[in-house]
Amino acid sequence: MKFETPATTNPIDRLKVIGQPIHRIDGELKTTGRAMYAYEWHDPNTPYAYGYPVGAAIAKGRINAMDVTAAKSAPGVLAVVTTLDVGKRKKGKFNTANLFGGDEVQHYHQAIAVVVAETFEEARAAAALVKADYAEERGTFDLSAERRAAKKPDESQEPDTAVGDFEAAFRSASVTLDQSYTTPDQSHAMMEPHASIAAWNGDEVTVWTSSQMIDWWRSDLATTLGVDKGKIHLMSPFIGGGFGGKLFLRADAVLAAFGAKAANRPVKVALPRPFVINNTTHRPATIQRIRIGAERNGKITAIAHESWSGDLPGGGLETAVNQTRLLYAGANRMTAMRLVTLDLPEGNAMRAPGEAPGLMALEIAIDEMAERVGMDPIEFRIVNDTQVDPEKPERPFSHRDLIGCLKLGADRFGWSNRPKVGSRREGDWLIGMGVAAAFRNNLVLPSGARVKLDRQGVVTVETDMTDIGTGSYTIIAQTAAEMMGVGIDKVAVQLGDSRFPVSAGSGGQFGANSSTSGVYAACIKLRDAIAQKLGFNSGDAVFENGIVRSGNRSVPLAEAAGPGGLVGEDTMEWGDLAKTHQQSTFGAHFVEVGVDVATGETRIRRMLTVCAAGRILNPITARSQVIGAMTMGAGGALSEELAVDTRRGFFVNHDLAGYEVPVHADIPHQEVVFMAETDPMSSPMKAKGVGELGLCGVAAAITNAIYNATGVRVRHYPITLDKLIGGLPDVA
Amino acid sequence: MQDPIQLELSRRDLLISSAATVAVTGVAGSAAAQSAGKQMAYVTKVNFTVNGERRELDVDNRTTLLDALREHLHLTGTKKGCDHGQCGACTVMVDGRRINSCLTLAVMHDGDEVTTIEGLGQPGNLHPMQAAFVKHDGFQCGYCTPGQICSSVAVLEEIKANIPSHVTGDLNSPAQLTAAEVRERMSGNICRCGAYSNILDAISEVGGITA
Repeated sequence: MKFETPATTNPIDRLKVIGQPIHRIDGELKTTGRAMYAYEWHDPNTPYAYGYPVGAAIAKGRINAMDVTAAKSAPGVLAVVTTLDVGKRKKGKFNTANLFGGDEVQHYHQAIAVVVAETFEEARAAAALVKADYAEERGTFDLSAERRAAKKPDESQEPDTAVGDFEAAFRSASVTLDQSYTTPDQSHAMMEPHASIAAWNGDEVTVWTSSQMIDWWRSDLATTLGVDKGKIHLMSPFIGGGFGGKLFLRADAVLAAFGAKAANRPVKVALPRPFVINNTTHRPATIQRIRIGAERNGKITAIAHESWSGDLPGGGLETAVNQTRLLYAGANRMTAMRLVTLDLPEGNAMRAPGEAPGLMALEIAIDEMAERVGMDPIEFRIVNDTQVDPEKPERPFSHRDLIGCLKLGADRFGWSNRPKVGSRREGDWLIGMGVAAAFRNNLVLPSGARVKLDRQGVVTVETDMTDIGTGSYTIIAQTAAEMMGVGIDKVAVQLGDSRFPVSAGSGGQFGANSSTSGVYAACIKLRDAIAQKLGFNSGDAVFENGIVRSGNRSVPLAEAAGPGGLVGEDTMEWGDLAKTHQQSTFGAHFVEVGVDVATGETRIRRMLTVCAAGRILNPITARSQVIGAMTMGAGGALSEELAVDTRRGFFVNHDLAGYEVPVHADIPHQEVVFMAETDPMSSPMKAKGVGELGLCGVAAAITNAIYNATGVRVRHYPITLDKLIGGLPDVA
Repeated sequence: MQDPIQLELSRRDLLISSAATVAVTGVAGSAAAQSAGKQMAYVTKVNFTVNGERRELDVDNRTTLLDALREHLHLTGTKKGCDHGQCGACTVMVDGRRINSCLTLAVMHDGDEVTTIEGLGQPGNLHPMQAAFVKHDGFQCGYCTPGQICSSVAVLEEIKANIPSHVTGDLNSPAQLTAAEVRERMSGNICRCGAYSNILDAISEVGGITA
């Protein structure tokens, strides 16, 4: 099915199951420890062996030789496979750095060997005995120091945009702002480290892994191993978090496959926690410059956003300027992005790539600009709202209710009580409120599913879609239940298996809308098959309460299925609606903080986020996505920073004690409101993404609240005590 | 309460004595290896009770309680998130008290009673805390969840047992079950999906905290 014209009324609009607050259908499995993650697959008749990775101890150079003699003779060792043994491999399409193979070291902790032993303890001990002789080369690791050497990347990355005459308009503007902001490297830090089990059967391999994108992984694993894609079976039914860190094939799967081949045994490999930060990907740091010019009435006349980020050779930009092309009006505008070559671990997508760091900067700049023109920051945003793409005014937004989010949020949060800067104090605490806009584009990808109806009237959905905590199992079950007119207890959902139709996968907040649309398409096929079998006109057949009805005939679904059952399979594809209409999601974040006047410690006291993101398929799971994103934003604002050793070229704080993500004590009660809306331009579900929207802008709202509390404007994340303490009032 | 200075001394004594033990064993081991031509024995038999069931295991002395549960007993509900005591995903209860099972060796638990997430409740027969986590959506990816739930159950018991925390205001009056106490005590259990607000709602319901 191809979605080419705006959705009209369809069975989803009945909202008997879709849109209802239904608890996760996998909730009992997860809360009782029965959900099986990659490393946990266990067949009592299978003699699993354990692989332990060895990472490069230099950031850049070559390996002259490796000595595995001691490792091979260590107790329990079955095989040692080195990067030199397997030689240089063809690289997967989605990887920037090599995962394994060849003598080149491109970053610290790049995998250089896997040791396979009878037990985990033996493999780990032997891995420490592997020796490598390196020819170390000089690398570049410091974004700020290398900024002048930044290059304009190829045009496919859209490095430059311009409309009108920014420079002239900025020069003649009544009020101007020209500021620089920085965001640090960040880590996904998902709770389940990357893990895989590989089991060969002849020339075929089954890999249980932790992947957001089954088909991308399968293709790239085939390329990296040099085997036919059809020989690879991937399984990833439960994923312990990803946030973009499991979008692309990683070394654990490659090492497990090579290790299993060498040991002639199924092999389990999990990345040790310190590897997660330096062996895998991270969100690259940015340096951003924002210039805004406005008239005295607050109307923006000129806006420019430039960003510098780094990556390995062949890598890409952190697209931090993208939202600035769409979020606010202004006739004269430009953006530019430049790329620095850095020999740090690979930079790549982390939750809301581009917009997350971009809004960390832009939404401080907007707060600063509002103050300069003497307007409330909400009013300033409303004055500069746009209902069309500012670069192409003939192209409207499909639906845009940023103003509604700001107004509703202001009312709910008590924004009218916002204190004057630095004026509210309760004991040792300086109290302030901040606001920021949330913005993230709505993406869709083709997504397939197979839906089966059996003689018991049970509907089973099969798709290679993944559930990374987002609630895919539940919303897919809701979609099938709504479409087939059955209760959710009559639906089974099977995900994350490469034998199922290829789905959108989980990423870019495209998963929910795309994958449920794929299930919608497959259900239409199944409905047609049922109608056809019964001799009904599929156009007027009604599926309701487990029965299919047409005119005065009605047949229970179980009976319609017959002994052999019926199947519908289809893939949702997408027409041009995203080109003719800009499809985005919007929101507003409100935060109240207290800052300790003596120590500069920031405590978040209240958080509210209002989202306008199309139809909400399940208010429970959607809300959880948003509170989780608000929490990640709190980390981004106050504590998360990968510290770069600019001499040796690696992230020093490579564990969960050094890389500080928020904990229970950091997070207050969080409130989320969804605007009641649908977007018929987005899909037959009339839904959009929400999982990344919730992160976009949170950190800036916190920063703006800190400014409101203290009068100290910090433009460099994270806002740690040292950046505040010099600006705080004297303590008697 | 224990005197923290005494505690520090006893820790240091323990380190000294264990270093000595290792040295002695090492010598004996290599002597044995020379005479008998065998490797030093590094496997120990351990008996403990897991979820009410007596279990006997031969484990490598280096095996953590976490890996004994996951890799030997195939109780994989207990999760390995960091393997060095920073995330709390491996939280289990030993003799009624919660611990990070990755920071303790299996051989240290001979005779102990271990309760894991599998022992709290099963699908169709959930422990009240498990049911509250489902009801309040106190999880997303589910990987930290067993640890969060084991910790939650133990936290309520710790407060009942009047064990103070960093945020306990008055050590002379009984520890109170408040949101601040729960947040503090749960802070060793990281949830990167960020379900904290919902987890607090779940614990509050089971513990009887009114907002």
